[in-house]
Amino acid sequence: MRTIAEPLTTTSALREFLHGLPGVDEVGIKARATALGTRSIKNDSKSWAIDMAIRMVDLTTLEGMDTPGKVRAMCAKALRPDPTDPTAPSVAAVCVYGDMAPVARAAVGDNLHVAAVATAFPSGRASLAVKLQDVRDAVAGGADEIDMVIDRGAFLAGNYGLVHEQIVAVKAACGLAHLKVILETGELRTLDNVRRASWLAMMAGADFIKTSTGKVPVAATPAVTIVMLQAVRDYYELTQTRIGVKPAGGIRTSKDAIKYLVLVKETAGEAWLTPDLFRFGASTLLNDLLMQRQRMAVGHYSGPDYVTID
Amino acid sequence: MNDRVEVRKTYKLFIGGAFPRSESGRTYEVHDTDDKFLANAAKGSRKDARDAVLAARKGFAAWSAATAYNRGQVLYRVAEVMEGRREQFIADVQAAEGLGDKKSARVVDTSIDRLVWYAGWADKYAQVLGNTNPVAGPYFNFSIPEPTGVVAAIAPQDSSLLGLVSVIAPIVVTGNAAIVIASTLRPIPAITFTEVLATSDVPPGVINMLTGDPAEIAPWLASHGDVNAIDLTGVTSTELAKKLEIEAAGTVKRVRRPAQPNWLSTPDLGRLGAFVETKTVWHPLGA
Amino acid sequence: MTFEYAPAPESRAIVSIAPSYGLFINGEFVDPTSGTTFKTVNPATEEVLAEISEANQSDVNAAVNSARRAYDRVWSVMNGRDRAKYLFRIARLLQERAREFAVLETLDNGKPIRESRDIDVPLAAAHFFYHAGWADKLDYAGLGPNPQALGVAGQIIPWNFPLLMLAWKIAPALACGNTVVLKPAESTSLTALLFAEICQQADLPPGVVNIITGAGDTGRMIVEHDGIDKIAFTGSTEVGKSIARALAGTSRKLTLELGGKAANIVFDDAPIDQAVEGIVDGIFFNQGHVCCAGSRLLLQESIAEETIDALKRRLQTLRLGDPLDKNTDIGAINSREQLNKIDELIKSGDDEGAQRWTAPCEIPDKGWWCAPTIFTNVTQAHRIAREEIFGPVLSVLTFRTPDEAIEKANNTPFGLSAGIWTEKGSRILMMANELRAGVIWANTFNRFDPASPFGGFKESGFGREGGIQGLSGYLQSGTDSDDQAKGMS
Repeated sequence: MRTIAEPLTTTSALREFLHGLPGVDEVGIKARATALGTRSIKNDSKSWAIDMAIRMVDLTTLEGMDTPGKVRAMCAKALRPDPTDPTAPSVAAVCVYGDMAPVARAAVGDNLHVAAVATAFPSGRASLAVKLQDVRDAVAGGADEIDMVIDRGAFLAGNYGLVHEQIVAVKAACGLAHLKVILETGELRTLDNVRRASWLAMMAGADFIKTSTGKVPVAATPAVTIVMLQAVRDYYELTQTRIGVKPAGGIRTSKDAIKYLVLVKETAGEAWLTPDLFRFGASTLLNDLLMQRQRMAVGHYSGPDYVTID
Repeated sequence: MNDRVEVRKTYKLFIGGAFPRSESGRTYEVHDTDDKFLANAAKGSRKDARDAVLAARKGFAAWSAATAYNRGQVLYRVAEVMEGRREQFIADVQAAEGLGDKKSARVVDTSIDRLVWYAGWADKYAQVLGNTNPVAGPYFNFSIPEPTGVVAAIAPQDSSLLGLVSVIAPIVVTGNAAIVIASTLRPIPAITFTEVLATSDVPPGVINMLTGDPAEIAPWLASHGDVNAIDLTGVTSTELAKKLEIEAAGTVKRVRRPAQPNWLSTPDLGRLGAFVETKTVWHPLGA
Repeated sequence: MTFEYAPAPESRAIVSIAPSYGLFINGEFVDPTSGTTFKTVNPATEEVLAEISEANQSDVNAAVNSARRAYDRVWSVMNGRDRAKYLFRIARLLQERAREFAVLETLDNGKPIRESRDIDVPLAAAHFFYHAGWADKLDYAGLGPNPQALGVAGQIIPWNFPLLMLAWKIAPALACGNTVVLKPAESTSLTALLFAEICQQADLPPGVVNIITGAGDTGRMIVEHDGIDKIAFTGSTEVGKSIARALAGTSRKLTLELGGKAANIVFDDAPIDQAVEGIVDGIFFNQGHVCCAGSRLLLQESIAEETIDALKRRLQTLRLGDPLDKNTDIGAINSREQLNKIDELIKSGDDEGAQRWTAPCEIPDKGWWCAPTIFTNVTQAHRIAREEIFGPVLSVLTFRTPDEAIEKANNTPFGLSAGIWTEKGSRILMMANELRAGVIWANTFNRFDPASPFGGFKESGFGREGGIQGLSGYLQSGTDSDDQAKGMS
């Protein structure tokens, strides 16, 4: 039981606040996601949505087998996604492992954000000291955005104070870099947990809350994203500060991406329809967006030969 | 006499929505009632049975999560596709059971209608087999029928289509997955039936069909730790039936003993209720 | 630039509407005896869609006679298994022609295509599927072995869910072995007439289903016809009462599904975002033209203000406009008359001192429209808290404790449905026990299923549709004189 004077950083104070948030009805959220998924986005609005989605992509490679060559090739694509059409916009950022940040920064210059995953991504199972060093190295290496993972074990064990503390420390280590906090919703399992983790991350200093590492079976879903959009909307009502949302993993088609933009518009609102407040963590999505863009431009369906693999 | 050389079919097992041969590579000869050679059917082995159980368990997860309405739709679709293949089934039954034109047509038509009858139960049996219970306290109490899981069934030996359908349908309409051992001497209608299943939106693994000798395969199913119930309807040897019941006791399986009803008559709810578990839930009532 | 949704109209081309329609009697379309017709109109554009026949006494007699002959000679001697197969055919045909029915329903009724496509038509098909399966299982309906049909059923349905209400009436009637004479609402006859085509495609024996169009007079003729064994009516409470009076002293059976003024009760521990969805769904789904609409919002006082704010924010995203546009949420009001009624009650809300707020929607020039409206500071004494508005108008009241919520919720002659929003399981079950309503939705609203019985307490009517309980409305349940009572069929 917390005392009146306890600051909102200890486990007991946080528990009281987070468990006092309204519950989430899973069936209701899924029904809302399905209903919003029936919005029919055509013609001008579809073109607009495709271009906006491209501009929101954090083009990602996070593999053990990444090499400087692979990272450079991806960066070239990030800068000019469609070699046949210079009007295609660039993406928002490239997203790489921290040790690849220097390669990425050299490749994109100041034209794109370089987001680095850090804090013993994807599991987060390492000492705080190691995790903070991971962050500092990435920032020193040229990353201006850091995607950290929360300690899910601590969260599920109810140790909210520890989770909070780690995020605060990482934010400090980021310096001027902006911080995305990955909740790993696939491991949190319930939407109630997603809501609580969202609030916890925002209260601890996140600039963005992100769904997933992409490394566990269940990644971003419309239901989870709605819960996070509701959280940032409610946080804004309380604090006048807008936090961004990034669904990552499993978003492969333009149709999916456009559905997410509808969720943003009808949940958090139009103000979030900007790469500064919404991103897609994706790799194959970009090509599907480009093919759809080509189709809208030339009038017939495109194919994989007309977009580059790197 | 038609000069055309016909394309003859290979008869295989049906496991996980696919048609593999027996892993043992064995087959056995199937003859019609005039002892004319019909086909080499796969002779299922214990490993095939093992694979079928794995497939059934996976199929059960998807099938029991589907809505009752959805299960009814799928079974109705099986009936639709069977209706489209009516002539083929009549020919199969004639060859297998030696029935004349009228009788074999009646058997096939009744089989299709039997499927329609069971399909219609999918979204209703819970209303007949479930209920709320007026307990003497401030609690809301309700009982619901849930599928038991994976059911092994030995299909009737003589009634190669109608008996088969009458055994399978009640198992799956209540959400269970089935591993069926078809009639040993008359497996062909069962195999044609699996082709219907494969084209009727039945999720893979919900119904699996083995051909061969129940005396060889059934004991492995009766003792299997991941099979929840066994339907001995088609076991004709009292010795084998007893042996299987003894095996089944080792894992406290639900057992339905051998029976030879008049398959032409409309059944009662006995088979429908045989493979469900009743779950009763309590919840307090209060502000 | 902002994310504007471009128009996304569903194509009308799938439907071909005839310039005029006859009456469907004995398996064929025939001209009305009097030659009288009336127009049916698209409420979103006021364009005339077709001429509909007006059935007079002679036509009604012909329809009843046809239903009686079909009952005596064909349908009552047919076994359940075969009746089932006809119903399965009808269900399948509805699925096959689903898009056509959805577009036609939207044109004639004014409801958004998204609703007719995703809710009305699939549910109608599901009703036929569900009841098809009962036709040969009536021994298990809980009425003893081999229960008998009633005979010829006269069925009168409203304009709010034309095809779905037709399915709710015809499916159980036929499954239980009855034949029918059905009159759709005069402003929404087209999907019923298309359904008649389905009956022909299904080779349904002539006379089993008869569809006769017309207005109040035609309905009265059906009610008063002594060749009919049972009347099933869905519509206004006023008309329901007059039907009950007309059947007094006869042996004809009756079931009624009338109006409602449902309380949607939100407690302080409710999941607010989902409660808001439920509130919106409860009163703005189908433009509020729903008998079980959650038209009285009872908010626990401690969370009233924040819930209203969340509700208003949510209402800003509702899109009102062309019902054929796939992104439209709020369609047209079905008729000028209905819009007048809604406007009159809205005015009473203003006059009686409630606070009105209307969602900012652009109203098209033609057609009949009403933007979603909320009244706060409403009390039980206000007309807008007691009378069924049947439009997108929500009356918001507050309560302090669970028992006060129960009292206020039950303080109405109606009793069709109610909603409960709370995280606490025991409270859900306790409230469900205490609320005097035939359908209770907990943490959800407006859920319908053919397996789930629907019907009201008190002046919302008697009898149930759907589920095992719904069958008893179309079967004899014994010769005990108690069973002669209306609605106890």
